[in-house]
Amino acid sequence: MKKFTYTEKKDTRSGFGAGLSELGKSNPNVVALCADLTGSLKMDAFAKDHPERFFQIGIAEANMIGIAAGLTIGGKIPFTGTFANFSTGRVYDQIRQSVAYSGKNVKICASHAGLTLGEDGATHQILEDLGLMKMLPGMVVINPCDYNQTKAATIAIANYEGPVYLRFGRPSVPNFTPADQHFEIGKAVMLNEGADVSIFATGHLVWKAIEAGEQLAAMGINAEIINIHTIKPLDNSAVIASAKKTRCVVTAEEHQMNGGLGDSIAQLLARELPTPIEMVAVNDSFGESGTPDQLMTKYGLDAVNIVEAVKKVIARKS
Amino acid sequence: MASVAELEKVVPQVRRDIVRMIHAVNSGHPGASLGCTEYFVSLYFDVLKHNAAKFDMDGNGEDLFFLSNGHLSSVFYSVLARSGYFPVKEIATFRKLNTRLQGHPTTHEGLPGIRMASGSLGQGMSNAIGAALAKKLNKDNSLVYVLHGDGELQEGQIWEAAMYASAKKVDNLIATVDMNGQQIDGSTDQVLKMGSLRAKFEAFGWDVLDLEKGNDISSVLSILKTAKEHTGKGKPVMILMKTEMGNGVDFMMGSHKWHGVAPNDDQLAQALKQNPETLGDY
Repeated sequence: MKKFTYTEKKDTRSGFGAGLSELGKSNPNVVALCADLTGSLKMDAFAKDHPERFFQIGIAEANMIGIAAGLTIGGKIPFTGTFANFSTGRVYDQIRQSVAYSGKNVKICASHAGLTLGEDGATHQILEDLGLMKMLPGMVVINPCDYNQTKAATIAIANYEGPVYLRFGRPSVPNFTPADQHFEIGKAVMLNEGADVSIFATGHLVWKAIEAGEQLAAMGINAEIINIHTIKPLDNSAVIASAKKTRCVVTAEEHQMNGGLGDSIAQLLARELPTPIEMVAVNDSFGESGTPDQLMTKYGLDAVNIVEAVKKVIARKS
Repeated sequence: MASVAELEKVVPQVRRDIVRMIHAVNSGHPGASLGCTEYFVSLYFDVLKHNAAKFDMDGNGEDLFFLSNGHLSSVFYSVLARSGYFPVKEIATFRKLNTRLQGHPTTHEGLPGIRMASGSLGQGMSNAIGAALAKKLNKDNSLVYVLHGDGELQEGQIWEAAMYASAKKVDNLIATVDMNGQQIDGSTDQVLKMGSLRAKFEAFGWDVLDLEKGNDISSVLSILKTAKEHTGKGKPVMILMKTEMGNGVDFMMGSHKWHGVAPNDDQLAQALKQNPETLGDY
């Protein structure tokens, strides 16, 4: 097992803020919109440096999405910012008609996704957003794993023409990917080559997959660990190549099992290469109040859950 | 500038297009489309600064129009075609398989003249505000127009957008509400009484203009001219335009029943008799 190290823990939302700030300086067409969560989304620097290109919309997310779609007419590249729940479920029809169906170059940037939002509880802990967004034709769906990768993804999506959903979160997590990484939309990142099982993880579960890989190595299990930062378009060839090699798969995500990364990978493998698969995800349940760590443990999204899923899926190999 | 007489010549032809399009596929929304014919003709044949022959999505230097109540697609398509955005004969493909003239307007099929999909109500004012903000950033002093139905104002997003437009001084925007007083289930008063729209929009900080005769070309031209003069003064401009649903086809007039119903063969013949061919049918 390759050794992964980090110097500090940082929140992915700050990676977004840093990326947006950099875009503000490098791309005059980038504009930002926020629905009264500028501090939470770390959009303050952009707002301060480029007041003419920052639009404070107030608590009106539907209007924010509609205005963002309109801003593309005239060549602007709008980045909207609010919590993931209010970025998706609350405004699904606005995204569907004004952004996705209309093919507008809007970047929907969503923080506080999943259980790790913590104490605010289930009203704010959306676990359905990846599914909602990936079902929309033409929508790119990205869920980076740490600060550096979120910053790189934020910068990369400005250069992609078309609607994008970028999901990140609130807690500080190990910042282990290189600061100078090249972020390629739709390209899986091989973290550790292995032969016994393929672990496909996204977002905050990527570091947990690395921790699980270390525990598995101590048990003599050589896990291949792949970071799927882009849920859609899925890197089909990377998934199939790995599954062909290891002949069993575990997926890990901070999302409902229905509609998430595991669902996309299972669908692909069922069509192309039927392979035993276990999914580490929330199973048809809402979240609740608690600390992020408590919630990840209670809902079965820890490294130990990945280890258990690996043991189970290896036993199912033919 | 087109003369009133020239515009009045276009009107019956557009009404013929509307009823023929809807009759041909036995589906569509004739009522409000007929009622807004004078508005569309005035806009596209006179008021808008636009380049129909060379459609460009960004429309820099051009006035932009958004149709928020997308079910008025038939009048929109007729006027777009007859003002030069696409061939008039393409009107015949309305609502048919593989058409660019989808049931509700869309950018998805690349039809020139359409800048945003609409149909699910309440979204157009936000879209128009976005386009108006882009124009301000681009130092482009042309204007953005948007049309709404009165029933559509029951959607909450409209009021989010109305609040924003005045608070942020989006004063290069001219919205119009088609006040035909009807919606699918009955009159707007029966379904959900909205009270004074003038008082509501004034309370929301808009510069509100009334148009009593929305089916009279001279009156429509005059209010649009006034509205233009009211732009650039720190407030978004609203025209409350009274129209008659189904105008120009006597048996369709004044009733919600023709919101989304196609005429049969006899009804088509009657409607065509009341609207003579002036520019040649498609």
